[in-house]
Amino acid sequence: MKVAHTFQAEGITAGYENRTILHDVSINIPSNKISVLIGANGCGKSTLLKTMGRLIKPFSGQITLDGKPIDKIPPKQFAQVLGFLPQSPIVPEGITVTDLVGRGRYPHQKFLKGWTKKDYEAVAEAMEIMNITEYADRHIDELSGGQRQRVWIAMALAQQTDILFLDEPTTYLDITYQVEILDLLTDLNRKYGTTIVMVLHDINLSARYADHIFALHNGQIMAEGEPSKVISSNLIKDIFGLHCTVIRDPVSDSPFVVPIGRHHNHVRMYS
Amino acid sequence: MNESVNLIRVGRIKRRRRYIIVTSILAIIAFVLCCAMLMLGNTIYPVDDVLRVLLGEEVKGASFAIGTIRLPRMLAGVFAGFAFGVGGYVFQTMLRNPLANPNVIGITAGSSAAAVFSIIVLHASYAVVSIASVIGGLATVIVIFLLSRGTSFSIGRLILIGIGIQAMLNAVISYLLLIGQQHDIPTAMRWLSGSLNGSKMETLYPLIVVVLIFAPIIIASEKRLELLDLGEQTATSLGVHTDKTRIVLLTSSVIILALATATTGPIAFVAFLSGPIANRLVGIGFSNIIPSGLVGIILVLASDLVGQFAFVARYPVGVITGILGAPYLIYLLYRMNRKGNL
Repeated sequence: MKVAHTFQAEGITAGYENRTILHDVSINIPSNKISVLIGANGCGKSTLLKTMGRLIKPFSGQITLDGKPIDKIPPKQFAQVLGFLPQSPIVPEGITVTDLVGRGRYPHQKFLKGWTKKDYEAVAEAMEIMNITEYADRHIDELSGGQRQRVWIAMALAQQTDILFLDEPTTYLDITYQVEILDLLTDLNRKYGTTIVMVLHDINLSARYADHIFALHNGQIMAEGEPSKVISSNLIKDIFGLHCTVIRDPVSDSPFVVPIGRHHNHVRMYS
Repeated sequence: MNESVNLIRVGRIKRRRRYIIVTSILAIIAFVLCCAMLMLGNTIYPVDDVLRVLLGEEVKGASFAIGTIRLPRMLAGVFAGFAFGVGGYVFQTMLRNPLANPNVIGITAGSSAAAVFSIIVLHASYAVVSIASVIGGLATVIVIFLLSRGTSFSIGRLILIGIGIQAMLNAVISYLLLIGQQHDIPTAMRWLSGSLNGSKMETLYPLIVVVLIFAPIIIASEKRLELLDLGEQTATSLGVHTDKTRIVLLTSSVIILALATATTGPIAFVAFLSGPIANRLVGIGFSNIIPSGLVGIILVLASDLVGQFAFVARYPVGVITGILGAPYLIYLLYRMNRKGNL
């Protein structure tokens, strides 16, 4: 079972060069749960994830992991606790699945040492969880988008961290693969207690898979909490500017957003 | 679980074995070429004469030919070839593009220009020439990176800017050679395409020392170089100090490249060809720094032997490597243009 951590950000303002995207955001990541950041394009969800994952330095504010400021933790040690899967990782040409997944072991490896028994076990386990063992010796470039995404997640799993951040892990995937990836991540959370924080575009899938939702708007957190408490037609109107009606997902009983649009707003049945 | 461990272990051992076998074969070929460099010439000396000279015995005729001419020539080829191979591989891997190598983007030209300037204009000593070539190489890297920063960094732009800078620097070299004295003209070839002619023991030491210091630093960073290949964000999230790693790798590579250039001239295309050849032979997954260095040695020594003995006239090594490299450059440009990722 994964260790529980307190992972907090306090009053962070962050962005890129001369563009401030996050304004004074404070957030407390629920340990051993699945959290999802939602919000319109450019609202800062990805920036927040990157700032907490130490890929971007905040202009001000403090992020602490178990009470320690994250910029005081040596990078390799931090990487043993938190894994991060970027939105579009770069695929090196001609590398095999095993070797790529194995690169996730870097934070645990000693200087100039080869693979240990532990490394082999961690890689094998990660590949089993993601169902990619059969592709072990295949080259990444021969795999489909969904298979590739499983390889990347396996790489992050081989890192064996208690916390896993994923920046839009389902974007560009067919709906079948989106559900498959989210199911696998849920397995991971239920089985090992891995704390998962991710950015998703699909609100309905977010509502179904998340234990906790952070809704962002203009670089600030508008609402957070359980999906059934947070997602309402008013919130969707506020953060996306979209008129909608919220019903119950017939499968999972989670909130389900149905957009209205200009051509169907005479139908008043649901509102 | 155990089954999967075995499965991935078998695959990895197979690839590791291929790495070791290919690297050993490359090392053997390089060694054979070293011996050939010492044995062949106007007079062909047998192995035991060569050995006796190397052990410090005085052998009539052979001592001069081998000790003073062939040995420095061979060592210059070995160290420069290794430096070009390793430096080229680091650039190509770090920038994830085979075109992004010191020959094409003008870093060796920067070193050459600085070296030619200090020879022709400043009449500087060899030590100053070496230092100037290092500074020239580093300055070129910095200028290229600054110019290609713009609003958003792109490797395609970096390469195009590099090609432009290289053309400018080559113009500077040609100009300097023109205003230089008549008797400097034969050296012109050396600074335009590189040559092992006239290598002397005393001018080799800086290159040898620098390669012995910086090549291990580069080899020790190989894991981090592999991770940089996954992109900035993935590397950072795995705990790599990406900026620090890049600076260490770039500086070390530029220093060995610059001294190799100051010693033999910019032997055309060796830095460009070695990495792709090594990757093709070994496969990707293990860092191919050492195989690239060995391929560099083989390219330089083999081309030098061909240039010396295959034709009626003698050609400097850079002419031969140029003949090998140019078609590959055209092929690569053609392929990348079709894929649209230049």
